Amino acid sequence: MHALTLPAPGHYDEMLLPSGALRPHYQSFAHWLHAQTPEALSKKRAEADLLFHKVGITFAVYGDEAGAERLIPFDTVPRIVPAEEWRMLEAGLRQRVNALNRFLWDIYHDHEIVKAGLVPAEQVFANAQYQPAMQGLDLPHGIYAHITGVDLIRHSDGGYYVLEDNLRVPSGVSYMLENRKMMMRLFPELFAKYPVAPVAHYPTLLLNTLRHASVAENPTVVVLTPGPFNSAYFEHAFLAQQMGVELVEGQDLFVKDEFLYMRTTVGPKRVDVIYRRIDDAFLDPLAFRADSMLGVPGLLSVYKQGHLILANAIGTGVADDKSIYPYVPDMIRFYLGEEPILHNVPTWQCRKPADLDHVLNHMAELVVKEVHGAGGYGMLVGPASTAAEVADFKERVKSNPANYIAQPTLCLSSCPTFVEAGIAPRHIDLRPFVLTGREVNMVAGGLTRVALKQGSLVVNSSQGGGTKDTWILEN
Amino acid sequence: MLSRTAAQLYWMSRYVERAENLVRMLDVTHSLSLLPQSRGAMTELAAPLAVTGTLEAFTASQQPLEAERLFNFMALDLSNPASVLSCLRQARENAHAVRGQITAEMWEAINSTWLEGREFPKRGIASVSSFFDWVKERSHLFRGATYGTLQRNDAYCFIRLGTFIERADNTARLLDVKSQLIEPAVDSLMPVDVPQESAPDFYAWSALLRSLSAFEAYHAVYRDALDSRRVTELLILRPDVPRSLRACCDEIRAILPQIEARSGSLDAGRQVKQLAGRLALSLEYGEVGEILATGVHRWLTGFLQESAELSDAIRAAYLEAN
Repeated sequence: MHALTLPAPGHYDEMLLPSGALRPHYQSFAHWLHAQTPEALSKKRAEADLLFHKVGITFAVYGDEAGAERLIPFDTVPRIVPAEEWRMLEAGLRQRVNALNRFLWDIYHDHEIVKAGLVPAEQVFANAQYQPAMQGLDLPHGIYAHITGVDLIRHSDGGYYVLEDNLRVPSGVSYMLENRKMMMRLFPELFAKYPVAPVAHYPTLLLNTLRHASVAENPTVVVLTPGPFNSAYFEHAFLAQQMGVELVEGQDLFVKDEFLYMRTTVGPKRVDVIYRRIDDAFLDPLAFRADSMLGVPGLLSVYKQGHLILANAIGTGVADDKSIYPYVPDMIRFYLGEEPILHNVPTWQCRKPADLDHVLNHMAELVVKEVHGAGGYGMLVGPASTAAEVADFKERVKSNPANYIAQPTLCLSSCPTFVEAGIAPRHIDLRPFVLTGREVNMVAGGLTRVALKQGSLVVNSSQGGGTKDTWILEN
Repeated sequence: MLSRTAAQLYWMSRYVERAENLVRMLDVTHSLSLLPQSRGAMTELAAPLAVTGTLEAFTASQQPLEAERLFNFMALDLSNPASVLSCLRQARENAHAVRGQITAEMWEAINSTWLEGREFPKRGIASVSSFFDWVKERSHLFRGATYGTLQRNDAYCFIRLGTFIERADNTARLLDVKSQLIEPAVDSLMPVDVPQESAPDFYAWSALLRSLSAFEAYHAVYRDALDSRRVTELLILRPDVPRSLRACCDEIRAILPQIEARSGSLDAGRQVKQLAGRLALSLEYGEVGEILATGVHRWLTGFLQESAELSDAIRAAYLEAN
């Protein structure tokens, strides 16, 4: 028997009820788990490490010499999501991504949502991620975010909440795919017990999405990478290979007569769609950062003439900015006339008097952030602060309320995870990948990240986070 | 295929092949330096430096020319861009950039070679011979993985092309420097028998043959004593000796038509095929008597020049296209 323990009080555990009993959808797994010896399981984990190294599923570590690559730790206890929960999540993701694409079209065209007074003009047009070059540009099918990674957490109330929307170049999908392959290889017997929805067709869906984005007949698609020294290079190469398209760097591309070409062994070949894994600022040294060695001079002019599709479009970052996030539920109501299915983490905007009152009265329980702040600067974590710090921060908020938002302190759910001392609850999140082409599409799955340190809520791989396979059940 | 990808595949295999040939050359040097009162020991040691164009760099480092220092410089010194480890690193960097185009087995072979190899300068090596064997084994493994797992497409062609362009060049240089060192025997055209006074020549030729894994082939073909004329013929003109110039050029000529060509008059590959064809035919119909009459050194200098033209043409046609 393996000891399965509950997380700290107040956290939701994915496997165990607060009483310590198993949730129904984990019963069969737990039964199997208890039949395995710790030695057999640790052997399997060693095998997984070896296989990941062999396949080269690694991420480069910046600033280290070539060859320095690390594995992202992989945990062999799956995160299991019951079918009815996924149905709700899928509908919610579909709705949310639709609204975000409508929002992007709107703010680069007629600004209806601003005119309606729902989103303040300065939040949009003064945003560093807003690209004036995109104003008035008509993209085929009106799609801006072809690929969206939505970060979800499950709170102590058992509900899912959207933590953030990633509309620039969300990564991690290669781990979703490789984790599944690994689990099927290590524990095939579990897949006989569980009807797990397959994810392996994601690259096909992605390729279809990218091809559909173009109006060209039989469009040529490429993946644009900053190069082998980028931390996510493995994923770029992986996706290009899985889709059967070229993996290009900026130096492989050139602009001629208003079209974009790549240099090949049989001469120049036209490129119609770029799945780009580099940021806006580096795409075209003539239009954005002049010192960019990663982009292609003249690319923007080809783009503006409609001779090229970029996925995602330029300027999508404005819609996943922290200052815009609180308005996503309003976007859903405004553009779709629907009530949001997925909830935001409740956010109080101090520029609203009622919200300000609430924040000032409850500051010791809240996380208060600057609207444009990043990286933990200019924020207050109420429960971890002294009375004096809270009082001091109250004065700062009062002096410029519009500059602050506040959220409750989050309780990420936990899932049993292998640690040195056996199995222990660790906090997790979930990033499904949503594709927007002819229609919104996604595979039933996502990347589950896990914070491996006890009590930690930081799931990022750069900070010691790991991953798990995510099983969406079919029934 | 992207020109850059083709270039990286091509250089990946050139660097693996170069590392292998470099240890083959160091191996001859090493064997000869073990002989008592070996003739011209200094010239012998300087040969690998001369061939790789690193004589100046080594002299600049102000180290005495001794076997161990030479070995460290040519095998393990990562600040020497021509060293064996530098080649393995370059091979790995090129492979990393085209990881999506090669099989997992190939990547594994080339990546673990570098990861293991870079530990040698810190950890030290058991013996130089074991290091030479290790490099050769890793190269065989990479080539075997390529042969046994990679789809026969343009990627495969560029990898094979890199192997044989590099090998032809390396064999020619090795033969050149060795036959210059054994010049008197070459000029006399006398059989090198084991008799006392010519013993060093016997050892020099047999070390050369062994380093090119052609010692057994020599005996199978000639069933006779070592002789500079036959060694020259074997390493230049025999089609059935895999490291001979003829064998390499035959391979190159066979690979080129398999690479996807540009359409119409744009086909820069035509010039490549012309050069490769000319080179292969000159070897197919060449006579060892003519080579010796020209002088081995002069003949090889001509060959190296033509093979350099060929590799320039390959670069212009495929690797830096547009």
